[in-house]
Amino acid sequence: MSSVMSIHPSGPAAVSEPPRNLLQRFSDRLYLQPRLLLLLLLTPPLLWFGSVYIASLLALLWQGLYTFDDFTMLVSDTLTLSNYVQLFDAANFDIIVRTLLMALSVSVFSALIAFPVAYYMARYASGKTKAFFYLAVMLPMWTSYIVKAYAWTLLLAQEGVTHWFIELLHLTPVLNWLLSLPGIGGNTLSTSNLGRFLVFTYIWLPFMILPIQASLERLPPSLLQASSDLGATPAKTFRHVILPLSVPGIAAGSIFTFSLTLGDYIVPQLVGPPGLFLGSMVYVQQGSIGNMPMAAAFTLVPIVLIAVYLSIVKRMGAFDAL
Amino acid sequence: MRSDSQTSPAASPWLKLAAWGGLLFLHFPIVVIAIYAFNTEESAFSFPPKGFTTEWFSVAFQRQDVLEAIGLSLQIACFATLIALVLGTLAAAAMYRHSFFGKESITLMLILPIALPGIITGLALLNGFKAIGLEPGMLTIIIGHATFCVVIVYNNVVARFRRTSASLIEASMDLGADGWQTFRYILLPNLGSAMLAGGMLAFALSFDELIVTTFTAGHEKPLPIWLLNQLTRPRDVPVTNVVALMVMLATMIPVSLAYLLTRDGDSVAGSGK
Repeated sequence: MSSVMSIHPSGPAAVSEPPRNLLQRFSDRLYLQPRLLLLLLLTPPLLWFGSVYIASLLALLWQGLYTFDDFTMLVSDTLTLSNYVQLFDAANFDIIVRTLLMALSVSVFSALIAFPVAYYMARYASGKTKAFFYLAVMLPMWTSYIVKAYAWTLLLAQEGVTHWFIELLHLTPVLNWLLSLPGIGGNTLSTSNLGRFLVFTYIWLPFMILPIQASLERLPPSLLQASSDLGATPAKTFRHVILPLSVPGIAAGSIFTFSLTLGDYIVPQLVGPPGLFLGSMVYVQQGSIGNMPMAAAFTLVPIVLIAVYLSIVKRMGAFDAL
Repeated sequence: MRSDSQTSPAASPWLKLAAWGGLLFLHFPIVVIAIYAFNTEESAFSFPPKGFTTEWFSVAFQRQDVLEAIGLSLQIACFATLIALVLGTLAAAAMYRHSFFGKESITLMLILPIALPGIITGLALLNGFKAIGLEPGMLTIIIGHATFCVVIVYNNVVARFRRTSASLIEASMDLGADGWQTFRYILLPNLGSAMLAGGMLAFALSFDELIVTTFTAGHEKPLPIWLLNQLTRPRDVPVTNVVALMVMLATMIPVSLAYLLTRDGDSVAGSGK
């Protein structure tokens, strides 16, 4: 109290009339004591996140150490490492590899599609065209996830739009050839890995476009002028100046495509061949089997994979481009 | 517009094609949903559509389960947005200027619910609710949504705070305003549109969110879960199509408004800092 009183005469409030009501006195005190203000501001969000989120997250990982009895289907709090060890069983390891490969290929492919869009937006479009492009990327990004997935089940269905176009262009043999390939093929488009891959790429594509666009936007034009002044052809400038400087943007975008694919369990359920994904495995363990400890252990896999991925892309400057 | 027109006179036709092709790819499935909502066919997805009708809209809006799902989702989104607005703005006010021990960790903590796959957040929350004996339902959905919506509000508001010059606040205090008056007449008007934009994005996110919701919903059926159930057990396709179109429009409006609200952010008072 005394410190407030002693600061007061020299403080701003001294110029006007002395504070009258409680609210004014309180707000003056906050202005003069930034630490108290900081404490008051941070307490509600910290309490919320600490109690709701961080506590739940830690409790979940702790659950991974509990024992699940296969016969009684009951969970006991005897601590064991066996859940985490079981992750390396061949069947479980398959799931991890399958999901990881999908996440990586989706990231690469969406970067390929996203780059021209982002490049055009950042370097050629201006004024209204740019605003149009920006909104045109933002809207699909925010459009309901389940609606987008649903749209693709319509698109890929037999007799659906994709098949209609393929027949129109007489590309059916090409499609059949693609579907006959091991690894990406399947009986139909909607039960093939190719179909699932297309849906993933589509849904996460805007998350790739925007960071690349932002990183290209920050490229100073003088740098490109310098490059051409020094005799580089546009192709050389692109190869040696623009592309390397857009790597942080691509890496930032790939954080989203990678991590979102890694944890998804709805798309694998709707499109593509049978065979579980990481997310589906967690869901099945938790839901149908009721083996919460195993589900909890499985959630560690995406956490670790994402942490590793983040540490790799951090070196590529991804965090500065977020 | 700027000098870059000198270095890059015009986009090559291939680049233009790839850029517009990318946009087409992004919008084609959305257009397809819109087309199918007016399709006369009842049980298949054959293309091209067999005929045009608006009948399914009236059918959908007479369905009790559809109306209930929409109502529930709206309520959840409103409550979650309100909580996120309060927590996100408080966090932004604390974090924009001061640097203190643990600031980085707090930023990470705010982002985590949206950066980690939804399945982890969902399972963690479900586990936590079970541990304290909270039965999954509307309340747990709201808590979950509010948690991952905070960062959306935070991002919008903290960006505005950074653009609002600190000298404005000092000037206000120097001119004799008390802390409350400064907050009410200087800070709040400046933050208003950023909070509104953040709130709208949070609303859109909550209205659509499926993965965390499936874990925290219990027996409740908000709109995304209703839609998912329709997909895994395909029946009354026309109603699903109509609802999908409505959901899409319902998120496009707040997102476009948020864009308009933050687009001219540079003209905010005190941005000359």
